[in-house]
Amino acid sequence: MDKSLVNLTAHEARDMLDRGDVSSLELTEASLERIEEIDDRVKAFVTVTRNLALEQAREADVRIAEGNAAPLTGIPMQLKDNICTHGVPTTCSSRMLEEFVPPYDASVAERLRQEGAVLVGKGNLDEFAMGSSTENSAFFPTHNPWDLERVPGGSSGGPAAAVASGEAFFSLGSDTGGSIRQPGSLCGIVGMKPTYGLVSRYGLIAFASSLDQIGPLTRDVRDSVIVLNAIAGHDPRDSTSIEFQPPDYTAALKTDLKGMRIGVPKEYFVDGMESGVEEATRKAIDVLKSLGAEIGEASLPHTSYALAVYYIIAPSECSANLARYDGVKYGFSEQDADSMWDAYEKTRQRGFGPEVKRRIMLGTYALSSGYYDAYYLKAQQVRTIIRQEFESEFEKFDALVMATSPTTAFKLGEKMDDPVQMYLNDVLTLPANIAGIPGISVPSGLSNGLPTGLQIMAKPLGEEAMFRIAYAYEQATDWHNMTPEL
Amino acid sequence: MARITSDEVRHLSVLTRIGMTDEEVELMRDQMSNILDNIDVLNQVDTEGVEPTAHSVDVVSVMRDDEVTNDKFVDEMMANAPQRDGNHIRVRAVLD
Repeated sequence: MDKSLVNLTAHEARDMLDRGDVSSLELTEASLERIEEIDDRVKAFVTVTRNLALEQAREADVRIAEGNAAPLTGIPMQLKDNICTHGVPTTCSSRMLEEFVPPYDASVAERLRQEGAVLVGKGNLDEFAMGSSTENSAFFPTHNPWDLERVPGGSSGGPAAAVASGEAFFSLGSDTGGSIRQPGSLCGIVGMKPTYGLVSRYGLIAFASSLDQIGPLTRDVRDSVIVLNAIAGHDPRDSTSIEFQPPDYTAALKTDLKGMRIGVPKEYFVDGMESGVEEATRKAIDVLKSLGAEIGEASLPHTSYALAVYYIIAPSECSANLARYDGVKYGFSEQDADSMWDAYEKTRQRGFGPEVKRRIMLGTYALSSGYYDAYYLKAQQVRTIIRQEFESEFEKFDALVMATSPTTAFKLGEKMDDPVQMYLNDVLTLPANIAGIPGISVPSGLSNGLPTGLQIMAKPLGEEAMFRIAYAYEQATDWHNMTPEL
Repeated sequence: MARITSDEVRHLSVLTRIGMTDEEVELMRDQMSNILDNIDVLNQVDTEGVEPTAHSVDVVSVMRDDEVTNDKFVDEMMANAPQRDGNHIRVRAVLD
């Protein structure tokens, strides 16, 4: 196995493919060998699509030889297992969908297929993307490549671990409250959540429809831009897809920050933040300043309410979205039942895990008669206030920076008995979902040997400013070149 | 003291069609109560006259012609059905 091949970024692999230094088949075989070598320890994959990958790699090599390569043609990728892939099982890491084989591709999967990217498999997640550690997967937890006794974060823990450990050159995750950025941070890679509506959600198995957004997990910022270029843009099949022609985001990759105004919201240095995380974040801000950015203090006073808003809105939407799993049309179906009602109850009792049940029940409670105004309506009103506070700060600043996660990766099992402690992992990421704004996490150092992340948020459709800051910071530091020893 | 009662959890179990054992009901009661206690901080926010936000972007109804576009997937869709009878899904009787 050529270890140097699997540690390349997608754009470095692209250059080698275009020069004829390597074939897509060689890259794909290297990825598959790496999976075979380490995935019994990392557990990043629910499904490995070996034969499909080899077939797609051969097709990619033909396309490259003909001179028709797109930026991701021939590059081995993984997709989170809540993104529908035609003919390839898509489980959501749930018993409920263990046997589900989608009859169609999600829009993002279709675009990447047309682009000629090579699918090596599907990434593990917290069941239905509900969680922050990937321990809620109904199949097995994923392990952090930096320390196999620790979690990779979640819910896109499989994608983050796969990219960090060289099993795939990039992956796509979904981010409802931080599910791309937080695992990106905990695994030492780049995780990016686009503006709500920039990337089609068609074929993404729904969790909380007003918050969910698909985005890339990559080894560096340039790859993040290349993958976003491939998947962004209007899709008539998603009614929340915005009518917007995305620019070529590679134009944002500049190494100076002269004239950029960057705000540091004081509320994001939260109680309980690990000292190494705070230190890395403050040092990163110094780097941004040295690159020419004007740094100022920002304030988002209602930040501390975002978690409560999220834990009403996300469960409420989830309780509606997951009502469809009734054991009738597709998915797990309990046949040993006395009646239709009994079959529903047993199907959902056995098909869903504890966290999914908790959220369905919490959401049903929040939406039920007598509680709607006190919980759901109230949360939507506070959502407005949080959004307005961001809008007001984005009149003063081009972007806001903060840590991605208050801590580095924690031990497997450490927070599983206390849902509220687990929810606190997302306290710095979920405000971006509530406001619908883009956010990216880039590696910002190590704290006790574990990766930390710097988060950059921008206004809606402000991806260019966000990428420019992320890229300039990355290029001025060496953190993105760190790889875990496995 | 728990914020919600075991009976309320049992009622939610009916509404959500999630069967639960007595043990599961008790655990859910305690965990939900704890979560709801943490959500109470929202009562500190003055939201008088604030419009609710359902979506962070303006959502408009998307219209298209009523044409069948997924007919070529029939076999693959039906292959996912738990109980199949030709191109029909077999269901349980609604009324006994």
